[in-house]
Amino acid sequence: MNTVLSAQHVNKYFYDPEKFQVLKEVTFTVQQGEFLSIVGKSGCGKSTLLYLLSTMDTDYEGEIEMAGTKLKGRSQDFLSHFRNEHLGFVFQFHFLLPEFSALQNVMLPGLKLGKYPEKEVEERAMEKLRLIGMADYARKPASKLSGGQQQRVAIARALINDPTIVMGDEPTGNLDRANTENVFEIFRGLAQKGQTIIAVTHDPDFAARTDRVIEMSDGMIIASHENKVQ
Amino acid sequence: MDIRIASQIAQTHLLAKKRQTLVAMLGVTFGIAMFITMISFMQGVNQFLEDSALDASPHIRLYNEVNTQRPSLIDQLNPGNFNVVYHQKPKDELARIKNGIAIAERIEKEPGVLGVSPQVATQAFYNNGPIQLSGTISGVDIERENRLYKLNTRLKSGSLRGLQSNPDGLLMGAVLARKLNVRVGDKVTVTTPIGSTRVLRVVGTFGFGVGTVDNTKSYANLSTVQEMLQKDPSYITDVHIKMVDPLQAIPFGQRLRAMYGYYTEDWATANTAILAGEKIRNVMTFVVSMTLLVVAGFGIYNIMNMTVINKIKDIAILKATGFDGRDIIAIFLLQAIFIGFSGGLLGLLIGFGLSYMLSITPFDAGDFLSLKTFPVIFDPKYYVMGILFGVITTVLAGFFPSRKAAQVDPVAILRG
Repeated sequence: MNTVLSAQHVNKYFYDPEKFQVLKEVTFTVQQGEFLSIVGKSGCGKSTLLYLLSTMDTDYEGEIEMAGTKLKGRSQDFLSHFRNEHLGFVFQFHFLLPEFSALQNVMLPGLKLGKYPEKEVEERAMEKLRLIGMADYARKPASKLSGGQQQRVAIARALINDPTIVMGDEPTGNLDRANTENVFEIFRGLAQKGQTIIAVTHDPDFAARTDRVIEMSDGMIIASHENKVQ
Repeated sequence: MDIRIASQIAQTHLLAKKRQTLVAMLGVTFGIAMFITMISFMQGVNQFLEDSALDASPHIRLYNEVNTQRPSLIDQLNPGNFNVVYHQKPKDELARIKNGIAIAERIEKEPGVLGVSPQVATQAFYNNGPIQLSGTISGVDIERENRLYKLNTRLKSGSLRGLQSNPDGLLMGAVLARKLNVRVGDKVTVTTPIGSTRVLRVVGTFGFGVGTVDNTKSYANLSTVQEMLQKDPSYITDVHIKMVDPLQAIPFGQRLRAMYGYYTEDWATANTAILAGEKIRNVMTFVVSMTLLVVAGFGIYNIMNMTVINKIKDIAILKATGFDGRDIIAIFLLQAIFIGFSGGLLGLLIGFGLSYMLSITPFDAGDFLSLKTFPVIFDPKYYVMGILFGVITTVLAGFFPSRKAAQVDPVAILRG
């Protein structure tokens, strides 16, 4: 298995209101096709770590390498393109563009990548929506969807460019049990097809069923253990 | 490809808030419409004033200034001493331009000259029965004079032809004719300063809309006036010149003065006050129009700023999914440009409509002025300027909020 992500001695400070070290010497690697969850109490730095990995936060010390690309010191434009191509996000709160239909929301990152013509992007987007069970709502404006539905559309959006790594900040935080199960199965399926999933979660059941759990406390990785294959 | 997605997003944003978009557009529309109306009207007024002043006067007048002041012989020989001379008679000096016809013909061949009219001008008394009025009479070649002053458009009655077919014809200022109570076909006795009189027949009346001309001036044939003054056929007192470009009159006049040694007077010197007024009105028009556009610009700035603040979550999402700063700027700048351009176009239409309505509004300027409606100029230049101003203001007003949008830190927004 290839290493798709490696973080080496990552340190991160908050300066407001006073200097405070959020992440201390965080070092870990993730293999391709791995389904990883990061758990820990509120304020332990797990979300901060996720946003560093997302390349949106560039203010840190140490090295992060993803998909064979060193990400330290790259320009914002390079990182935007990298995110577009290699990363998919699912956030804690749905975060769709409310004026656009569900389908358009899913299509936008694909159109931005420009790898396929618009027709094909649309087909692929429909396919992702079908995967997530939202195909019937494709033409509905995002603002008319319920929270759970929006969250599922957001997952479809994260998948549109077949990213190397899918990251989730509480990806099932807003979903009921049935939908959580649904999302989990989708992630599981993706991991089996070789995509890597990294999810920050509070849900111990969810974490227990992933391949590996990284436990954080006070900005440090205190435990990393593999779960038994189910 | 990127610009297509950006415009698609921009379009969706604009359509999602139709009323806000419309309000922003109307700000620009109002500014541009007022700009077009004001500048068309102001320039129309300027043009009218300039025309009415310039049409009646030549661009350059070449004449011989008769200077009766001369030092006495003893002063010349003995300057600075205590000389006393009583009752020195002025020297008999003619107001003629020597070789005037030839000079006129040479000037006519110069490039940039529209027309030249050599003429004899003199004071005269007009008598009709007991009424006696003083005025001036100009002996002209009527075809040349017509080319300079478009006399055929100034005629109130009669025709120019009458002057050509009748050597004793007289083309009279309309107000002067009314005061003398004469009409076309009536006879008027004209007395020159040297005492000769001649009976001339009125063949037409003209009105320039300028009191000093319509009140006093008459045209007769060049040879007739020369005869009345008992001068030879080469006697010329004035050469009137019109240029293709009035602005060329000033340097050209100076050159003529140096070349022929006669006095020249150009229209700019003769009409300084009108030109100054025109400049002031131009400045005023631009200041008011710019103010309107700046106000519209601030309106757009506000609305775009609000949009960016409202859309800050969307911006964070777009950035998280791989849109870079340039895409974000494009999305918001395109909205501003659309507002500016469509608002501007609508403004041009409304501006044109207002100008047109103004140009057909009756305006009673009295008998003197040849003005029946408000003077308005329709010049494509103003419309191009209007849309340019509109788009530039909105782009500027949209740029700063767009840049702010591009600088949004997605992490801060997404973490909540």
